[in-house]
Amino acid sequence: MAPQTPATDTSDTLMSLQGITLAFGPKVIQKDISFDIKRGSIFAVMGGSGCGKSTVLKSMIGLLRPTAGHYLVDGEDYWTADPAHRQTVSRRFGVLFQSAALWSSLTVGENVALPMQMLTKMDPATVRNQVELKLGLVDMLHAIDQYPSELSGGMKKRAGLARAMALDPDILFFDEPSAGLDPITSARLDDLILNLRDGLGATIVIVSHELPSLFKIADDGIFLDAKTKTPIAHGAPSWLHDHCDEPQVHAFMHRERETESGRTD
Amino acid sequence: MNSTDRGQPEWSLQAGDNANVIVLSGDWIAQQGHVPDFPSDGLHQARPNQPLTFRTDGLGRWDTGLIGFLWALKQGAAQAHLDMRAETLPDAARKLLDLLPDRPAPAPPLPRRPFAPLAAIGTVTIDSLTEIGTVTELGIETAKGGVATVTGRGRMRMTDLMSNIRDAGPSALLIVSVVNFLVGAILAFVGAVQLRKFAADIYVASLVGIAMVREMSAVMTAIIMAGRTGGAYAARIATMQGNEEIDALTVFGIPVSSYLILPSILSLTATMPFLYLYGCLVGMLGGFTVAIGMLSVTGAGYFHQTLNAVALNQFVFGFIKSIFFAILIGLTSCRIGLQAGRSAADVGVAATRAVVVGIVGVIALDAIFAVIATTIGI
Repeated sequence: MAPQTPATDTSDTLMSLQGITLAFGPKVIQKDISFDIKRGSIFAVMGGSGCGKSTVLKSMIGLLRPTAGHYLVDGEDYWTADPAHRQTVSRRFGVLFQSAALWSSLTVGENVALPMQMLTKMDPATVRNQVELKLGLVDMLHAIDQYPSELSGGMKKRAGLARAMALDPDILFFDEPSAGLDPITSARLDDLILNLRDGLGATIVIVSHELPSLFKIADDGIFLDAKTKTPIAHGAPSWLHDHCDEPQVHAFMHRERETESGRTD
Repeated sequence: MNSTDRGQPEWSLQAGDNANVIVLSGDWIAQQGHVPDFPSDGLHQARPNQPLTFRTDGLGRWDTGLIGFLWALKQGAAQAHLDMRAETLPDAARKLLDLLPDRPAPAPPLPRRPFAPLAAIGTVTIDSLTEIGTVTELGIETAKGGVATVTGRGRMRMTDLMSNIRDAGPSALLIVSVVNFLVGAILAFVGAVQLRKFAADIYVASLVGIAMVREMSAVMTAIIMAGRTGGAYAARIATMQGNEEIDALTVFGIPVSSYLILPSILSLTATMPFLYLYGCLVGMLGGFTVAIGMLSVTGAGYFHQTLNAVALNQFVFGFIKSIFFAILIGLTSCRIGLQAGRSAADVGVAATRAVVVGIVGVIALDAIFAVIATTIGI
């Protein structure tokens, strides 16, 4: 089944997935995934729980090699490139993990500083300035000396975002950024993501099933289906909400219960 | 739900006006253990083509015990092609019943494990070779990181190294002292029983000195470190695996070998030889205490005999052994941590494996060293 998609402009593509299949051993998670992500866009990977959204993200950030297909970043195949080049491309990525994944033995400041200390030649004063800047952008400067275990869920996410920005990436990946957050904190995080996109000019890939958040920030996306293990719709969440007549997508976008026959009620 | 006691839970099938009526009475509380099961032939006497309704006037308190009974009844009614009118049930019970599927999910088939010894041997061989290759690669990466650190191009943070050294060294002094003191004392006790028969009490000093320097201090200290520090490294790295912290390092391109493994191995390598020397001294002190207390040996005599018996090359040999033990414990425990799954149970499994592999590995390596020592005549 070809995914439903609006007419899109294919110029200025930053990333492109072409026929990607992801599997853990014999168990296929998703297959035939193909989509392009435009430079400067906020692209949403959507779908119900357990459909493989986070697995797609894992593959895009270099943690899971696909069993088939091509993943192009700026026209170059990420997975067939030599490890050194792949590392260079990965340096352009910043990732906010679902659990924030802050290094628990380090303070918030040290978390942001570690990539700079390990991967750049910045002197300690510059590192300190950069850490304060990145934490300032996410309003976490006050927690610079706190350990992750002392932070609330929303603070962890913001600290994780500051760390994701440590090396000034031009591609930011967010795995369920709103998961476990109250609506107000979640809305603030949405605003922050929009401001970062506009301010830094970053391209953002977001995995989520939080509809208010998706409608607010995403301007393109793909919908993954757990039953067929393929993408079944492609377009901005708001476009899919108004125009897509795929039963699963319609049910998802309108928060309806899908019936056995595929119809919604 | 009624709060008064209505007695034992009971049910019966009665014939009503154009309906089969299930009469429910009593308290249906699962935890009281009296809730009846619905028998497979429970609707045998039901009149066909007539609906199944409920009378619940005598029904007292109920919980999911009643719902379990009703679910079985619902399946029985479906098999008997009877129309079950759930609307005659209490509203809350009907809503819970509606949530349940028409029949329980079929039990998944048991995985078939065909008898294929050749395939099993092949799998074990390939897994073992892969593991040896992985650990070797990890060791080489770590060694490269170490060389880079020494030449000033490394990425290891000195704060991590110092923190690991503090944990592996000074914090372990007490347990190393206790164990080695007792081992020295035990050796002296065992030796004293035999040597006293030959009026050779003074040779207890030789026995304790040689045993501690050549074998016991290095092995006991290594076993302590495998249990204490190796287990902690594996648990820490396994927890990081579960919290996606290792993923975060990988995405940034921060080498796990430089950030985690190198400080761990270096701290063990830096502290173990000194803990070994310290263990030797404390062990000899244990032997000395027993000898002075039990045997006719003077302090100066014991000291002299120890100096005569223990050659410097034996110290050097034990010192080198402890360095190899440190590398083995550091490398295997970090590898086991990295290999762990992502659940809390996996952290426990990783810690246990690291301790077991560390202890067995230390003893196996010690056996190899014993052969080498015999060959080169130490």
